[in-house]
Amino acid sequence: MKILIKNGRVVDPANNLDEVRDILIEGDKISAVSKKIGEKIKIIDARGKLVLPGLIDMHVHLREPGREDEETIETGTSAAVHGGFTGIACMPNTTPPIDNAGIVEFILSQAEERGYIQVYPVGAITRGLAGEELSDIGELFSAGVAAISDDGEPVKDGDLMRRALEYARMFNLTVISHCEDKSLSSGGVMNEGFVSTLLGLQGIPQVAEEVAVARDIMLAEMTQSKLHIAHVSTAGSVELVRRAKERGISVSAETAPHYFTLTDEEVRSFSTNTRINPPLRTSLDVEAIKQGLKDGTIDVIATDHAPHTIVEKEMEFSSAPSGIIGLETSFSLVMSELVDEGVLTLREAVARMTVNPAGILGLNKGTLSPGADADITIVDPDAEYTVDAEKFFSKSKNSPFIGRKLKGIVETVIVRGKPVLENGKLR
Amino acid sequence: MKWDKRDLLGLEQLTKDEIIFILDTADSFKEISTRAIKKVPTLRGKTAVLLFLEPSTRTRVSFELAAKRLSADMVNISASTSSMLKGESLRDTVRNIEAMKVDLVIMRHSMAGAPHRLAGEIEPGVINAGDGCHEHPTQALLDMFTIREKKGRLKGLKVAIIGDISHSRVARSNIWGLTKVGAEVVIAGPPTYIPPYIEKMGVKVKYRVEEAIKGVDVVMVLRIQRERQGKNLIPSLREYRKIFGINRDRLKIAKPDALIMHPGPVNRGIELDPDVADGPQSVILEQVTSGVAIRMAVMYLLSGVKSENPD
Repeated sequence: MKILIKNGRVVDPANNLDEVRDILIEGDKISAVSKKIGEKIKIIDARGKLVLPGLIDMHVHLREPGREDEETIETGTSAAVHGGFTGIACMPNTTPPIDNAGIVEFILSQAEERGYIQVYPVGAITRGLAGEELSDIGELFSAGVAAISDDGEPVKDGDLMRRALEYARMFNLTVISHCEDKSLSSGGVMNEGFVSTLLGLQGIPQVAEEVAVARDIMLAEMTQSKLHIAHVSTAGSVELVRRAKERGISVSAETAPHYFTLTDEEVRSFSTNTRINPPLRTSLDVEAIKQGLKDGTIDVIATDHAPHTIVEKEMEFSSAPSGIIGLETSFSLVMSELVDEGVLTLREAVARMTVNPAGILGLNKGTLSPGADADITIVDPDAEYTVDAEKFFSKSKNSPFIGRKLKGIVETVIVRGKPVLENGKLR
Repeated sequence: MKWDKRDLLGLEQLTKDEIIFILDTADSFKEISTRAIKKVPTLRGKTAVLLFLEPSTRTRVSFELAAKRLSADMVNISASTSSMLKGESLRDTVRNIEAMKVDLVIMRHSMAGAPHRLAGEIEPGVINAGDGCHEHPTQALLDMFTIREKKGRLKGLKVAIIGDISHSRVARSNIWGLTKVGAEVVIAGPPTYIPPYIEKMGVKVKYRVEEAIKGVDVVMVLRIQRERQGKNLIPSLREYRKIFGINRDRLKIAKPDALIMHPGPVNRGIELDPDVADGPQSVILEQVTSGVAIRMAVMYLLSGVKSENPD
């Protein structure tokens, strides 16, 4: 099939492009991007809309296999496509975990059969995510993992982390680190600060994250391997990554929309949808995260989409599991809180959700260059909506943004040349 | 003053006038407990549920007596006698209570915020009888009641709170209450017992007990939780006693007529020496007596809000 997207404002940071252009898709590739393309084929008029490389979320928990009551590959990718994503990386903390080729194959085949978009499995660093011995990283690589991580748990053992970084270098795989020193965070349920003092809830100090970031940066420098810091939440972590980059260390970093929009003040409601790990921090951290996004210290905006059922979240704050969903609100939070507020230009914002994560995961994606895979997201940047729990496509509803008014609605998503979402509806 | 709050979740939510109003109401209830027949029909036909999901004897008994002296019907649900244990869905707890058609729920829970979540979802009024390390409003009210009874006022008094402030709901509620009514609060303990930014609550922080109790009107001593030993907050109980324990010599630094208070039960010989706990300045047993009056007052006021809105 041929598709012609006409008249849209095409924002393609990889090509330094932010102009009104037409895009022609032939088969699963982009065949041309130019000022005026006239052909008798399916035409999408994108006048007044943004035409972007398909968004990529490099940090998602799809829960399948094991917790299909929380999310499945089908529902998770449906949520993702409604959020404008054409590709997502799914974390290995499933049951069983993604620590062998069989599970990678299972996920890829489920995604192929039931998924709506492309799924890039992230393999486990350690077997069973137990933090004791390396998983068969070469086998995982051959099976098609995009990176390795023990996300959800830190790799506590420093030597094991060193060996993982060294070994992964052989495959040019990025090691994604969940930075948390459990000896400093254990028992904590929210950020340690004035609000935790008022609420009498045990705090997780910022340094619990930062000492782990510091260790892994030093290990990355020593091993000359590719390190990616997941879910950066503190000002101190931003500063550590900034200095590491200045010194030329191969480190990248991501943050999530809740870390540039919400603070620990939210926990005063005792709503379990504000229980997240790492926890919501202070307004000073939020400012530092924004600054880090602006100056490029933080390369990527990823959601850490973590579905939990209503039953699990209806517990007392301290016994509820950590995590919130994010796929369906991510792009509009970026538009509303970063682009509209002048923190990032549209081009900077789009880069952090497309070409940057693609580069870290080694994917030939995230651009609209002729010859590239035709993954395209078209959004109405000015349309507003109110986040409604009933309208989530995710199986879970655990979002702290329910009721919030946001800007930017995803209209059309094309995955490898096929329109998957049109006018906000699945095809 | 007309009382219009349906729940008592903490002293954070109360105004100075509301706090004083509760203390004044308790004044009139205190007399009932001194009668030969210690019972009034005030809450006849009302039902209160004591939902104690964390072990407690003193507070539960105090609420139970308060309810009985007001002629309220009362049901006890405690962690040991029911399936409502930590970890059960809060919603199930909520639904069960709704179904029981009660007027008041008095809740003790090991986790901060549990009564707040409950109050948001059920019709009956909720009294927080202690939630994790967060608040214990009736304890602070009875402490303030006792101080006012002995000193004739609260405003301008100096109160020192000594101990593990970090894990103390008693300390938090007292800080809210005492600062609202114009008392001066100084807290003291080793830095490992002092939570971050607590001075933003309007208190002074001291690390030496001698500085903290100098010239104060009230020394409030917190119980050292032995079960927290092993978390390396303090090296040993022995060292804590040496540096922070209130003994007769140390007490001389406070005003000569300073009150000694403790929420109980006292670890005699650790945070408080026996001769001080039982000495002439101690009002520890008066606190217990005040507790019943305060809880009667609170139950009475909260029930009133309900009865003014008949179906």
